[in-house]
Amino acid sequence: MKTYPRPMSPHLQVYKLHTKVTSLPSITFRVFGAVLMTVGTFCFLLWLGSAAWGPEAYDAIAAFFGSWFGVAMLVGGTVVLVFHLVNGIRHLLWDMGVGFEMSVLRKTAWAALFVTAVLCVLAWYLGFAQFNAVS
Amino acid sequence: MQSFRSPLGRARGLGPSREAATGHWFSERLPALGLIPLMLWFIFCAVIPNIGASHAEFADFLTNPLNATLMILVVLLGFYHGLQGLLVIVGDYIGTVVVRNFIVFFLKLYAIFGAALASIAVLKLSIGG
Repeated sequence: MKTYPRPMSPHLQVYKLHTKVTSLPSITFRVFGAVLMTVGTFCFLLWLGSAAWGPEAYDAIAAFFGSWFGVAMLVGGTVVLVFHLVNGIRHLLWDMGVGFEMSVLRKTAWAALFVTAVLCVLAWYLGFAQFNAVS
Repeated sequence: MQSFRSPLGRARGLGPSREAATGHWFSERLPALGLIPLMLWFIFCAVIPNIGASHAEFADFLTNPLNATLMILVVLLGFYHGLQGLLVIVGDYIGTVVVRNFIVFFLKLYAIFGAALASIAVLKLSIGG
């Protein structure tokens, strides 16, 4: 049977991810969501699960999250969780039919990045204050 | 055989409208809405204050009924929302039906197992003594 080439999506390189503020947060939102449900939930299960198993398991997991690698994961994970949270609010607004004009899209994209930065810096500040107080 | 039904009449009740699409649409949004305050609580009230906490201190945190309730909600809504999101991603990018169905199966397995394990953990620490 003769087959005809079906239309394909444009290659990723035609999207100006580095020059347009709307497209990079869009795909990052999806990637971060996938990271949260995989790596994020796994770390979450390590935390709660080890606590349920007992002090020995909990101390081992706590030592891991207190190591430089664990701290780096938590610092990076903060960005992943907070950005997905903040940009998700944009999605809920779009679901209500609000904010589809290009000018508004760009403004809310910048606002999401700004709010993400503020919340992350706040979380890091409080987190490291707590970390230094107990260690 | 010639049908005298109008095209609209034949289409009604088929497709998404048959499968309660509105309910499905809301089932994707309402947990997301609930997760906004829950995740802010999770970051600033559950994780950060428990940095460096001993096992006894963390268990004590979850003996508070409000903390245990909110943590259970984080678990249930979080795994539900996360599963829905991954199913959308898999549906978008995995074209081969057999492969996709296997991935969907294991994602559901992971979500159900994870939500159950985390719930049991919270319950054990909060009311299990």
